[in-house]
Amino acid sequence: MNKKTDIICRAVDVKKTYWRGKVAVEALRGVSFDIKRNAYISIMGPSGSGKSTLVHILSCLDTPTSGEYYLENALVSKYSDEELAKVRNIFFGFIFQSFSLLPRLSALDNVALPLIYRNVSKHERIAKAKEIIKNVGLADRMLHRPNELSGGECQRVAIARALVNDPKVIFADEPTGNLDSKTGAEIMEIFDHLVDEGNTVVMVTHDVNVAAHARRTVKLKDGLIAND
Amino acid sequence: MIELLSKITLSFQTFKTHRLRSFLTMLGIIIGVTTVIAILSLIEGLNRTVAKQVQSIGSDLIFLQKFSWVSTGHRDLDKLAGRPDLLPDDAEAITKLSSVEIAIPQTSRQLQKLKYKDNEVSNSSVAGSDENYSWVNNYIVESGRDFSRDDVLHRRAVGIIGSYIATNLFPDETALGKDLHLNGHRIKIIGVFKEKGTFLGNSLDDFILIPYTVFEKFFPRPRGTLWSRVYGGYSISIKAKDGMKIEETIDQVRELMRRRHGLGFDKEDDFELNTQQILMELYQSITNVGFIAIVAIAAISLVVGGIGIMNIMLVSVAERTREIGIRKAVGASNNNILAQFLIESIVLALIGGLIGIVFGMLLAWLVSAVSPLKASVSFWMILLGFGFSASVGIFFGIYPARRAASLNPIEALRYE
Ligand SMILES: Nc1ncnc2c1ncn2[C@@H]1O[C@H](COP(=O)(O)OP(=O)(O)OP(=O)(O)O)[C@@H](O)[C@H]1O
Ligand SMILES: [Mg+2]
Repeated sequence: MNKKTDIICRAVDVKKTYWRGKVAVEALRGVSFDIKRNAYISIMGPSGSGKSTLVHILSCLDTPTSGEYYLENALVSKYSDEELAKVRNIFFGFIFQSFSLLPRLSALDNVALPLIYRNVSKHERIAKAKEIIKNVGLADRMLHRPNELSGGECQRVAIARALVNDPKVIFADEPTGNLDSKTGAEIMEIFDHLVDEGNTVVMVTHDVNVAAHARRTVKLKDGLIAND
Repeated sequence: MIELLSKITLSFQTFKTHRLRSFLTMLGIIIGVTTVIAILSLIEGLNRTVAKQVQSIGSDLIFLQKFSWVSTGHRDLDKLAGRPDLLPDDAEAITKLSSVEIAIPQTSRQLQKLKYKDNEVSNSSVAGSDENYSWVNNYIVESGRDFSRDDVLHRRAVGIIGSYIATNLFPDETALGKDLHLNGHRIKIIGVFKEKGTFLGNSLDDFILIPYTVFEKFFPRPRGTLWSRVYGGYSISIKAKDGMKIEETIDQVRELMRRRHGLGFDKEDDFELNTQQILMELYQSITNVGFIAIVAIAAISLVVGGIGIMNIMLVSVAERTREIGIRKAVGASNNNILAQFLIESIVLALIGGLIGIVFGMLLAWLVSAVSPLKASVSFWMILLGFGFSASVGIFFGIYPARRAASLNPIEALRYE
């Protein structure tokens, strides 16, 4: 298979420095990282090792201080805010530990949210969101608001939202962190299923059992890759 | 377009959850727009009545008098009293000017009481002039006849009454041929004027007209008071020739009167030439003050209302930092967020404006109902109200919206 098309994302010597007043915090100190099509990657490492920082940069939620980041051979590190927003919208789906749903919108409207920024008509938005929400097993709860749903259900809504634009990579930062182990296992089943269907998943986790689902595990330590 | 609509409905949603807060925020704009609309529509209504009234004087009429209509300070009453009287001879001389159609002497006096049998009217007036009075002043003799030259020359004790006197003194019979007693003198009614209405609130039909020659005999002028020396004598009503520039007529009259009064080139006029024009100018200078007041109120409420909106929008941005982060994470661009908050502040301001327009119209209507002022709301005022509040929404909403748009998604998501 052609190497060029096989690699979706490529980070080269990415560094990220935060400034706390005059003190520099080097969250990433030179990370090079590829994501291949249909990969299933877990990122592990001690707290503060830069896991979240890395996936934020990979998912274009944040920009690196130095280093290059390519998306299908296009250099994204120089993209404008507008272009990055577009990339987040159509290339990636992101799942947070704390679900991050809009509390005033129904599950369905939360799932449809990314479509708004793609100028999809309301009718199509609803149709597409309904289809996805059924796939995560929430057909009967789609008109409920997040505060009427359980944690596991909220995370399913978040997954559906991440999937609604058919992303090339799905990122998840500790998706099971706020869930009990049984519910966490159910969520992991969904991820497994997504990868079986040909999706690409990158997740951060502390849980070895969760990481065991992945086909590749990357360990970070002090802002560097310790083990791939 | 559909997107815009859904964004607008989204912002309504926000207001519903914070009803009281939104209303308080809008208060500045509501008060501002209410006052502006109410005052504008009252001024507009006043403009219409006054313009109509002043125009009813006739744009081709000039009034030669001792005093000016627009500057009547008590201080110069002495000076005015010293001016030479204007006389019927002056009217005759002015009539001969090439730009003048006709000039007539006019004088009048207030009457205490006018009686006929059991009926009486009070506070009517008696006017003295010549046979051209009705022509110059746009009166129509509805029944009976007008004066003739002979009536004036031979001092016939005849009179024409206004419709108000006719209906009040002669409710069930004709007034023609009846005698009235004025100051103990008998006047025979030979005609009745058609009703003319009111001028600035005064009836134009509450008087009796007699030849000025008779007037001089029956109502000798009390010489004593300053007041009567200034206002008691004749004024000359001059009708300019058709198609003639009124300024030209004024110049001719001025020149003639200066000659007749023997004024040297270094002396100022000892008479005044009044026209409807100067009344209009006076009125406009008064309403200009009103307009300045409106601009001031508008400016103040713009700032007050705008700051209210800016404040609440900043609170809203802070409260919804996480929401902004989530929206950005799923692909909202800076412009999407900017638009969302800008639309929200514009909608907020427009709702305030709408309420203000409704209140303003109600207020104007209320004032019209309880006072003689007649308000007149025009479409442009409503547009102005909307335009005004929309600009407040944009101007004061742009800063909070920018702030929302420039938030970093990760930091916004981390915000508790
Ligand atoms: N906005 C920020 N400002 C300053 N320092 C930051 C900021 N975000 C992260 N850091 C620092 O960067 C380092 C890496 O943070 P990061 O969130 O990537 O760690 P992590 O591996 O995800 O940890 P955890 O497992 O606790 O989530 C930490 O030392 C953290 O304190
Ligand atoms: Mg983390």
